[in-house]
Amino acid sequence: MKLSRIIANTGEWLSGSGPHDQIVVSSRVRLARNLKGKPFPGWAKKAERVAVLEEIRSAVEGLPEMENSFSERLEDLSPLEKQVLMERHLISREHAARGAGSAVVMNPEQTLSFMINEEDHLRMQAIRAGLQLEEVYAMINRTDSELEETLDFAFHDELGYLTACPTNVGTGMRASAMMHLPGLVMSEQVNKIINSVNKIGLAVRGLHGEGTEAMGNLFQVSNQTTLGETEEEIIARLNRVIAQILEHEQNARQILLQQRAETLLDQIGRAYGILCHAHSITSKEALNLLSFIKMGGDLGLFPPKSRLQVDELFIETQPAHLQKGLHAAKMGAEERDSLRAALIRAKLKQMPEPEIGKIPTNGFGNASPATGEHP
Amino acid sequence: MFCDVCKSKEATVFLTQIIEGKMQKVNLCEGCSKEKGVNDPTGFALADLLLGLGAAQEIEKNPAGIRCPVCSFSQADFKKTGRLGCSTCYDTFAEGLSGMLKNMHRGFIHTGKVPARLAVSRLRNQELSKLREELDRAVAAEQFEEAAGLRDRIRHLENVADQQPGQEPPVNRIAELSEGESEPIVPKPRKQS
Repeated sequence: MKLSRIIANTGEWLSGSGPHDQIVVSSRVRLARNLKGKPFPGWAKKAERVAVLEEIRSAVEGLPEMENSFSERLEDLSPLEKQVLMERHLISREHAARGAGSAVVMNPEQTLSFMINEEDHLRMQAIRAGLQLEEVYAMINRTDSELEETLDFAFHDELGYLTACPTNVGTGMRASAMMHLPGLVMSEQVNKIINSVNKIGLAVRGLHGEGTEAMGNLFQVSNQTTLGETEEEIIARLNRVIAQILEHEQNARQILLQQRAETLLDQIGRAYGILCHAHSITSKEALNLLSFIKMGGDLGLFPPKSRLQVDELFIETQPAHLQKGLHAAKMGAEERDSLRAALIRAKLKQMPEPEIGKIPTNGFGNASPATGEHP
Repeated sequence: MFCDVCKSKEATVFLTQIIEGKMQKVNLCEGCSKEKGVNDPTGFALADLLLGLGAAQEIEKNPAGIRCPVCSFSQADFKKTGRLGCSTCYDTFAEGLSGMLKNMHRGFIHTGKVPARLAVSRLRNQELSKLREELDRAVAAEQFEEAAGLRDRIRHLENVADQQPGQEPPVNRIAELSEGESEPIVPKPRKQS
């Protein structure tokens, strides 16, 4: 299947629904595997990498769930196409930077993707909307069990699955949830949460993983350690922490509504105003403003049917997605900024203005939101 | 000077820490130092936090010059990349890696999924090492009857391991093993003191 056909559709993890999907955008589990006795990709010679690639690629393509899959060598993808896949979280930033000897395979629903010769010989991931890490793990675990019938994975009696980096050894599993936390950011609690999560051996990272900035109030919460616990134990621990963050975010939003409703409405209204009328906007500014629109939707200020439009804008306004339909030479930043603004204006035109009257009024006390007095 | 973590930005934070009499130096850019939580020097241990770098220091405990027999990867390469060369490197550099893995993870024995084809042999290996320990203990305690029984069970398991997977060992061999007392375990003469 052609890449253009695949990326014409929004991935299931964005358009679908799942538990707590207002705050937990998506759940993702990736497994790292290597072939026994073959040097890891970073150390292998090109011929060795190509041989590993062929062996793994044919095994993956042969899986029943990978019928009609998209499969391509990275050297046959343009830089723009690789970046589109990265912006959709289907390949990693590191993988997008690779060329000869690496490949990507994914299913049309974009729920399963396989990076061949990334840091490890095989990194496979499953991704779904909302909070459902167990289901996502079950999906990728089934695929792993099917693959091990034909592929001889490097496994050590004590250390488990062996990986290029010792930080992944054991289960080779990284489970993560992408969380939208504007309430915690607005109430300046998010750093406190990040620090305490880091202390218990879990990681909070930005939009595109390690070392990336948290834009649009989106944060990835994932396990840091992979050895000494079963996959189920790791996921259970992660789930407990995610549930707590989720509760903190809900509380933060509730408190903002009760104590700083005016500020909250002001932010949402301004975000709407700027996005409706801007003629040049950077991807960072767009994400940060879209985050307020998304929260406005959660609060009932926008009709439920506009939710997907807003969520799609999070992806569609990313640099490579903006240019994906265009076959012109790569655009400059300024050109992209005005194209982005035009795209957002067009989409928001289909959305009604925020309905301020719809804001939940419980907990406002005697102060009326219209007068702007804070309790 | 570039940052040791991202290797792309200029290093502005310089750290020196002495652990067990060994000096470790790390240079970081502002972004990476924040990410690694270096702004709080009290709760900070290089080996724990700077995984890749601490790792490189750890593996140095290995005698210099060792190369992996399969992929000829060396410790210097690990120090440079923070990644290993192949799966055999985990055995080649086992000594240096063990301390590092302990710092990095919540345990040092894998308890999760096992590939189906290895599940049986892994169980057998675990059983074997348990039996060998029991044998040592039995011999030390001079319980020779028990030791002989253990020895036979170990031999039996070892023989099964030699077979092709799924194939039963020849029947006569089992019989020989379970009855064979031809090699009694002789206690080592103890020095009189």
